Amino acid sequence: MEEFFQQLTNGLAVGGIYALIALGYTMVYGVLKLINFAHGDLFTIGSYLGLTLLTSLSLTDRLAPAAGVLVLAVMVMGLVAVVGALLERVAYRPLRQSPRLSAVVSALGASIFFSNALMLIYGARFQVYPQGILPKVAVNIFGLYVPLVRILILAASVVMMLALYFFIQKTRIGTAIRAAAIDQDAARLMGIDVDRVILFVFLIGPALGGVAGLMVGLHYGQINFTMGWVYGLKAFTAAILGGIGNIPGAMVGGILLGVIEALGAAYLSIAWKDAIAFGVLIIILIVRPTGLLGERVAEKV
Amino acid sequence: MMEKRTLTYLVLGAVLALCPLVLNPYWTDVLNNIGLYAALGLSLNLIVGHAGLFNLGHAAFYAVGAYTAAILNTMFHIPVLALLPLCALTAGIFALLVAKPIIHLRGDYLCIVTIGVGEIVRIALINNIFGITGGANGIFGISRPNLFGLVIRKPHEFFYLIWFFVAATAFFFHRLENSRFGRALNYLREDETAAEGSGIDTAHYKLMAFVIGAAWAGMVGNLYAAKMTIISPESFSFWESVLMFTLIILGGSGSIPGVLLGAFLVIGLPEVFRGFTNARMMVFGAAMIAMMIFRTGGILPAKPRRYILPGREEGQGGAA
Repeated sequence: MEEFFQQLTNGLAVGGIYALIALGYTMVYGVLKLINFAHGDLFTIGSYLGLTLLTSLSLTDRLAPAAGVLVLAVMVMGLVAVVGALLERVAYRPLRQSPRLSAVVSALGASIFFSNALMLIYGARFQVYPQGILPKVAVNIFGLYVPLVRILILAASVVMMLALYFFIQKTRIGTAIRAAAIDQDAARLMGIDVDRVILFVFLIGPALGGVAGLMVGLHYGQINFTMGWVYGLKAFTAAILGGIGNIPGAMVGGILLGVIEALGAAYLSIAWKDAIAFGVLIIILIVRPTGLLGERVAEKV
Repeated sequence: MMEKRTLTYLVLGAVLALCPLVLNPYWTDVLNNIGLYAALGLSLNLIVGHAGLFNLGHAAFYAVGAYTAAILNTMFHIPVLALLPLCALTAGIFALLVAKPIIHLRGDYLCIVTIGVGEIVRIALINNIFGITGGANGIFGISRPNLFGLVIRKPHEFFYLIWFFVAATAFFFHRLENSRFGRALNYLREDETAAEGSGIDTAHYKLMAFVIGAAWAGMVGNLYAAKMTIISPESFSFWESVLMFTLIILGGSGSIPGVLLGAFLVIGLPEVFRGFTNARMMVFGAAMIAMMIFRTGGILPAKPRRYILPGREEGQGGAA
């Protein structure tokens, strides 16, 4: 029971991170019908930028640790959002009218470009986050000790997801994003500036992905330039699991995948941990390509 | 016009064939690697370039071929080259099993699933699946290929084996391209609905393209195992699939000369500029984006096909 509970909370925390990344995939997919392969690398950029800012500005020393991390998170979000918007401008906008697969190749190219640029800048070795920024205490919940970090990560991701949900549901631009996702041409006819909507999507998604990168850095302590594509693939799996193009779906899918993976690693085999997520992906696409709460994706032959 | 092109290829081929006589073993080995990737690229080209199926897990089939050769050779001492058909068979069957349920998925989804398959295969190999793949260390002690009593050992000996295989591959895929099968693939890539409407069983053709491409990659895996005499899971990582994919896109998808040129650029260029090795993937990434924006067809794009309608003079025929 103790073991199960620990794995469950671990899975929830990791799932929160997956969900944040998955939101970026799902929003871009919703509007552009494009799998943004470079999204995982935006996540990595977030964790590297977080590391650089953390060590160069020493925010957590000048401010209280909590405030420092918060300021850091906001900065990382802002910077990664800018990178995301640039990516859209350079690699995707010129291909708006091209066949879908051209954009997919361009996205792959962007992914390769980003991860190797990071390698050239920071080196191929693992980079280590300074320790002791987040308190290493465990919280007692019903007699079981859970590391505080896990709770913080889950809480932070849930707060951000709720904020996004209300943003999408309640604000003007959120409504425009939903409209453009349903039918771009009709949205344009209704006077919605679709280019602006796409720009917003490429600001919000990368911002969330970037902050997820920061969380991974703070939580696990070490980062690598290739980690983006494993996290990216898993987050994409999460988006598919929940139903791609569907924002609550990405949240549910992310957390579910995190839990499945943590429990699978604990009770089936740790060596096959990464294969579990891909197995889930393949099974979902074969059995229920629409995901748990999503739109239709497979084309009937 | 046709004569001139054939002549160009003949001259290039002759120059290439003379290369090992003047190059040192290191550079000959570079050419061997280029040859292996050229053959892999040609096999993937059928899937990506002709059928338009985005396969980013081609290394998985390459791995199945290589491991088939390695396991049967080390356990039962069957000569490596004699295992070529069997490697094609195992890789083909594996591709059939994997692709059958997913072949109907839309382009980018298929791409993601093939990445997943590639990763699962790699993880399975590392975890020593069935206890025969040797885990993370892989398999060593694969015997040298023996061709009619001649043991192939040195790079320049491998050069002729590998490039003969590349030539055979290019010939095979060239013939396939111009067959009924190749035309059907091109049709369904351009317009699946119209192809279906004309009576082409699209699912069947897509699956066949996938299986043939994978089987061919299995044979390249055999040659790779024979050349290295030691194979391990890290040789079949996602990046291998990306390299194969990149060389097709850069060279010209659907075009055999394009793929060959792509192999020279992607595998050969970093060797020419040693300092460039670290930056090469970054440059390729940027090149992929630029290529999609400015020159979608690659450096040597496939020529649009022209068919002369029966009973008409050349030049009057339909455009397609």
